[in-house]
Amino acid sequence: MEIIILILSGALISIAVYNLLQKQLLRIIIGTVLISHGAHLFILTMGKLKRGQPPVLKETVTSYTDPLPQALILTSIVISFGITSLLLVLSYRTANENKTDNMDQLRGKSNE
Amino acid sequence: MIFAVLLPLLFACFIPFLSRFKDKVHTGIFTFFIPFIIFIYFIRFIGNSFEPIRHTYRWIPSLNINFDFYLDGLSLLFVLLISGIGALVVLYSIYYLSKSERLGHFYVFLLMFMAAMLGVVLSDNVFVLYTFWELTSISSFLLIGYWHFKERSRYGAQKSLLLTVFGGLSMFGGLTLLTVITGTTSIQAMISQSDVILQSNYLPLILIFILLGAFTKSAQFPFHIWLPDAMEAPTPVSAYLHSATMVKAGLFLVARFSPIFSSYEWFFIIVSLVGIVTLCWGSYMAVRQTDLKAILAFSTISQLGMIMAMLGFGTKIAVFAAVFHILNHATFKGSLFMVAGIVDHETGTRDIRKLGGLLTFMPMTATLALFGTFSMAGIPLPFLNGFYSKELFFESTLNLSNATSTFANGLVTIIPYLAVFGSIFTFAYSMYFLFGVFAGPKQLDQLPKKPHEAPLGMLISPIVLVLGVILIGIMPNSVNGSFLAHAAHSINSQFQSQSVAFWHGLSTPFIMSLIVIGVGTLIYVTRDKWANIYQLIPGTRSVNNIYNKGVSGMDTFPHKLTNTYMSGSLKHYMTYIILAIVIGTSTIMFLTNGFSINFSDLADITIIEMVVVLVILIGAVATIFANNNLAIILITGIVGYGVSILFVIYRAPDLALTQLVIETVSVALFLLCFYHLPQLRKRDEKLGSKTLNVIIAISIGSLMTLIGISAHSTNWYESISEYFIEKSLPVGGGKNIVNVILVDMRGLDTLFEITVLGIAGLAIFSLIKLRKNKEAE
Repeated sequence: MEIIILILSGALISIAVYNLLQKQLLRIIIGTVLISHGAHLFILTMGKLKRGQPPVLKETVTSYTDPLPQALILTSIVISFGITSLLLVLSYRTANENKTDNMDQLRGKSNE
Repeated sequence: MIFAVLLPLLFACFIPFLSRFKDKVHTGIFTFFIPFIIFIYFIRFIGNSFEPIRHTYRWIPSLNINFDFYLDGLSLLFVLLISGIGALVVLYSIYYLSKSERLGHFYVFLLMFMAAMLGVVLSDNVFVLYTFWELTSISSFLLIGYWHFKERSRYGAQKSLLLTVFGGLSMFGGLTLLTVITGTTSIQAMISQSDVILQSNYLPLILIFILLGAFTKSAQFPFHIWLPDAMEAPTPVSAYLHSATMVKAGLFLVARFSPIFSSYEWFFIIVSLVGIVTLCWGSYMAVRQTDLKAILAFSTISQLGMIMAMLGFGTKIAVFAAVFHILNHATFKGSLFMVAGIVDHETGTRDIRKLGGLLTFMPMTATLALFGTFSMAGIPLPFLNGFYSKELFFESTLNLSNATSTFANGLVTIIPYLAVFGSIFTFAYSMYFLFGVFAGPKQLDQLPKKPHEAPLGMLISPIVLVLGVILIGIMPNSVNGSFLAHAAHSINSQFQSQSVAFWHGLSTPFIMSLIVIGVGTLIYVTRDKWANIYQLIPGTRSVNNIYNKGVSGMDTFPHKLTNTYMSGSLKHYMTYIILAIVIGTSTIMFLTNGFSINFSDLADITIIEMVVVLVILIGAVATIFANNNLAIILITGIVGYGVSILFVIYRAPDLALTQLVIETVSVALFLLCFYHLPQLRKRDEKLGSKTLNVIIAISIGSLMTLIGISAHSTNWYESISEYFIEKSLPVGGGKNIVNVILVDMRGLDTLFEITVLGIAGLAIFSLIKLRKNKEAE
């Protein structure tokens, strides 16, 4: 199963990068969302899947799932949410001010 | 002695306070006493029984860098020039610079230069010497750019800094090599080890490095181009730095190191050749100038070339003539610069085409100019010092026979002819300067001001200098044994004494002088007829053009280069970054045989997981093809919920919960914004860039999968997770291990995470708020 998840993670990153290479702002944001999903699955798999119980201590349980990737991912989820919302507002403002959401037309002035 | 060097710097600290009263007392009056005191302090060393003195003050002993001051004949000559001319220049500047100028800046720069220059000529430690050397470049830069509102000033300042600091750095390389070879930082100790240096393989490199420093500083061909542009500085500065002292630092350096190199033939070839070429080129170009100060600048270049050539000859008589001419040049050229300043000050122009017939208005100035120019031209009169050193120069060119190689022999043969050639033009421009300004028809309507004689105070300094010209001219031996002989002895230890006489028969040097005067007069009289030759040589090919192109090229080339890849397109940047990751990582993985796959120890595959995986995959692919804002947002939501279901299956309840909440909020946020965002369009890309995008995307994705599988398949290190599981309850006091890691064991990370979130929140808030304000307006 790990290999399948890793392939899924690779596929998510591929699709995300493809979206990032597009010109429209919304697609780029979707790309960042997908790339973090891919990365989360990648990290999760590094601790092996479906071994032991959820990492909440109980008297009866002796084997737990690896808690470390989960802690990392938890941080990452929150941060990527911050980035996503910032990008959203930023692109909304950009599109509003410049009347375009095409990255090719948002290159700034020369010598800037 | 250290006090003498540091006195100008110490006093400079008080200048800002003193310059506050500049309306009442000119700041220059205070400043005048500094070089004057230094001059008095050092002049007492003059005498027949002078012996070198050494004072050491510890600075950085662990690196062998100390204030090692060494006063020998050569240093003494320069110290007296620096302080003596310095005092006269300050005196002159009191009348030249009006009280409305930024006097505080001027005198701080000038004192800084004075201290730096004293440091250069007194330091025996090569690194201290280098430090002071660069300080002279910096203060020269500041003084040239003194009138910084003028574009030419800024250009000249930049040019001088670029060239002299280039030379300074190269000199630093040479000095470092010398230190490495000899294991000492003292110049005198290096001289005593000169045989070690002469046998070193680095000898040519050392010589070239040090000479580059000297040639750029002393404006030798082809580095002479900075000096004419340095004339944008106020005239006292030109007289001081760019004629009498700083430009002679290069000569000082060559003289200082010539005991080491003099027996090396390439030293003779390079220094003599460069010097003699500079002499000819400078005097040839001087005749063509129309600005008084430009004439003097090219004249300085040519005279420096002449002294440089003599230092290259290295014979006893040449060395003596060199130090003699250093002194003489400072007197007559200093006075001529001041004359040019007076003319500029009293008529409002320095253009020789507009000037003429000023003799009747400025008799004193004209007399001073007469002595100065005649001395410079080398006219044989028994009261002009310039004649003696020029005569000795001719004599030294005729007595060069120590050459061994054919090339050096050829050089020896042509040097006397080149010397005469250069001197002919020296004569011509001297006459041009004198008669162009003071004789000829009056053109009062061309002058911005009505000319009149300068105030007495302005005349004092040139009068003192011209008195020096005359006194040395009448009694050339008065400065000989007690002063110049010591200087010559420090350059060439075989030198004992050299008597100077006005008349020693109808010798070859005297005939050379006569030829110079005869042909020079002819050239001066007929100068209009052959002026066209300058269109041929140099024409448009000039070193200046190369410099200008070089400087602008340094600016535009990187600009163009950067613009080729900094296109402002996010897509391009993403492409670079991802391609770099893919190529770099896969190359290393491939080279180190890092790819591996291991099918043992895998979790089982269940149907429900496969269904979720498929949903995520289909959803993700659909984002590429969706052309509707609402659709793409909902699809992304589905992918996110899919991932959270995977978290549930993989026993990560905290992740699943967080992901669910975040995904919901995100979708809500997207939905809030999507109305305002432009509708998605179909991608109208060319097939080429589309293919490239697909290749990039697939390659990074497959790379990530391969890395993941390889990492999963190998087990090189023990996992550190056990630690957290064990310690969670005893250390963190919590049963939820993930939570304990986040808020306790890695609490600081979480704090930063909150900070990032806070900053993002602030940014979002301000983005929205800004808009509202704008709308309100």
